[in-house]
Amino acid sequence: MAPFDLAAWGRWGEPVVHVVLGVLFGFVLERAGFGSAKKLSAQFYLGDMAVLKVMFTGIITAMLLVYWTVGAGALDFERLWVNPTYLGSGILGGLLFGVGFLVGGYCPGTALVSMATLKLDGLFFVLGVLGGIGIFGFSIAPLDHFWNHSGAYGTLTLFDWLEVSPPVVVLLAVLMALGMFVGGEAVERWMKRRGAAEVKP
Amino acid sequence: MKRSEDGFWNPYLCGVLLGLVLFLSFFVTGHGLGASGGLARGVTAGLKVVAPGTVDTTVYFANLGGGDKAALSHWLVWEVLGVIIGGALSGLLAGRFRPGTHRGPRLSVRARLVFALLGGLLVGWATQLSRGCTSGQALSGGAILSAGSWAFMFAVFGGGYLVAYPFRKLWR
Repeated sequence: MAPFDLAAWGRWGEPVVHVVLGVLFGFVLERAGFGSAKKLSAQFYLGDMAVLKVMFTGIITAMLLVYWTVGAGALDFERLWVNPTYLGSGILGGLLFGVGFLVGGYCPGTALVSMATLKLDGLFFVLGVLGGIGIFGFSIAPLDHFWNHSGAYGTLTLFDWLEVSPPVVVLLAVLMALGMFVGGEAVERWMKRRGAAEVKP
Repeated sequence: MKRSEDGFWNPYLCGVLLGLVLFLSFFVTGHGLGASGGLARGVTAGLKVVAPGTVDTTVYFANLGGGDKAALSHWLVWEVLGVIIGGALSGLLAGRFRPGTHRGPRLSVRARLVFALLGGLLVGWATQLSRGCTSGQALSGGAILSAGSWAFMFAVFGGGYLVAYPFRKLWR
């Protein structure tokens, strides 16, 4: 039963599988326009909500397929990696990440794609990320307690937290995404009308 | 499906394709996608060449590549290589594989590169605090319904919107 033990696929099994997954991932990001900081930053100025649309369509597509195959007995949930929950460091990290995203124009994956299509700003962002990671390694010791213990709940899924069954949360996530798509489309139309009105004298 | 006006694929189509790749990753390997983790291993491997003693004595780096541990022998490193290849391939096929700099209309190339570097520094630091980026936390943890990943995701959007107005001259 899936997931598979890649170690049994020979010496090259694990590298090949991950390079292939990476190629597909990078290809889709570039096709979506996410190799461009202008396209990405437009999300925060409401003119183009592609980031929200791609992200949440991706999340609900993968979520539906994962929970459907788990429910059908084809995929073993116990062997799937569920990111452990650290609310304190996760939320502070997320806020700082969002600020850096707005200032720099990328996140790590999209910066790699930008760099791969020969864009200098993508390269500089990647260099920044490498530097930031290096600084983290040397600066985290005094913050160690916060990093590892603030709001640390271990593995905590939304359905465990809400004490409901997984399909309820799956349904709620789909409804929330659909609501955001409708809202996102409305905001884009509104911004377009406003832009058109500004161009006219 | 119709292309967007800017030549990129329809965002909902890209989202479905991204979701299929993410599902394939969970189904075959048991984990989602990632990017920043591969870069962290790259930093550790680089540091190990320059200052091997420092890697062993700094807890954070030692966990990634201390002693006989090979920092680069990890799936995240392979995936980062794949992302670069896939991005370049898509760009080549679409005629977007050419030197340039993406920047707002008011910003000089030099200023844009400085801000890209500064934003990258902050994002790099933040990814390690939050144990993952938009790929490994928001997308992957979001799809598997991890509570912490959803908190991270909303915090990212919150942080971006919070400073979008004061920094509007970077992009508008």
